[in-house]
Amino acid sequence: MTPEILNSLARARAQHRPVVLATRIAPADAAGAQCLLPDPAAPAELNSAADAALAADSSRTVRAAGAEWFLHVHNPSPRLILVGAVHIAQALAPIGAMLGFSVIVIDPRRSFASPERFPGIAVRTDWPDEALDELRPDTRSAIVTLTHDPKLDDPALDRALKSPAFYIGALGSRRTHQARLARLAALGHAQPALARIHGPVGLSIEAVTAPEIALAILAEIVAVRRGAEIGAKAAA
Amino acid sequence: MSDLENNPAQIEDILALAARWRDEGEEVALATVTETWGSSPRPAGSQLAVTGSGRMAGSVSGGCIEGAVADAAAETIRSGRPQLLDFGISNERAWEVGLACGGKMKVFVEKLA
Repeated sequence: MTPEILNSLARARAQHRPVVLATRIAPADAAGAQCLLPDPAAPAELNSAADAALAADSSRTVRAAGAEWFLHVHNPSPRLILVGAVHIAQALAPIGAMLGFSVIVIDPRRSFASPERFPGIAVRTDWPDEALDELRPDTRSAIVTLTHDPKLDDPALDRALKSPAFYIGALGSRRTHQARLARLAALGHAQPALARIHGPVGLSIEAVTAPEIALAILAEIVAVRRGAEIGAKAAA
Repeated sequence: MSDLENNPAQIEDILALAARWRDEGEEVALATVTETWGSSPRPAGSQLAVTGSGRMAGSVSGGCIEGAVADAAAETIRSGRPQLLDFGISNERAWEVGLACGGKMKVFVEKLA
């Protein structure tokens, strides 16, 4: 791999631009050649294979232009957006980062949203609805509300429901959640849209501590992202 | 240890770590899983970086073939030539190395120039 390819790849990743690193792996005498796709100068066959690999988020070997190519997908990290810089967020942020998420914490209450409580994590102190309008959650975003305060959680969930985020979770008991759904319905959100909200949030693992609750939430997020069958939660 | 190695968020970013090692003056080879069949623990795109001094990061399997891949990496570091390694039950070398899961996989090894 040449320094030029490595630098272009690093630049694309820093700019959160989806790219494919194509490496010719066979025939052996021509192995090692590389390029970044999409590239108008590359064979159309290779570009369309790269588009398909990016869309499926899956690296693969393809035969194109008389050779065998490995297409290594470099999609931007999925995002984990946490509303509420609370104790559980302090556990969610590092575990989420370890799982490969780009983590963003939103809380206008500066005493909670202090950088010291979230080392190395992006923390924003604007209002959740304004922050989400700016962040524009996409199909690779997960959003979890954690404040228990309708003034903060509700506007965030309103924006989350208007986005294509692949996961929306809201911390709170079943009773809190029913009240929350009623308020969101009053904002004009109907079923089945409201059913997108995972509440109570996380897998049922009898979590007690903040890191255990974070684990339950992230396990659910991973399961949804990977399309796993999750057992139905026990009735209240 | 560098910040990169300390940061848990970078555990999966083997390429960045390999580039860092090279910038520190090490000779580095990068092994990438390019194809898998049947039961194999790591998907295509998984990477293992190996340096001339013997540092390693990442994985291409559950541990069964890392040793053989590291040997191939040392050879690629010496020769500068990339290699496409084939591991599977039909392959005698793989038998020796032991892909216990019964899967098959291909691993591409290249040197960082």
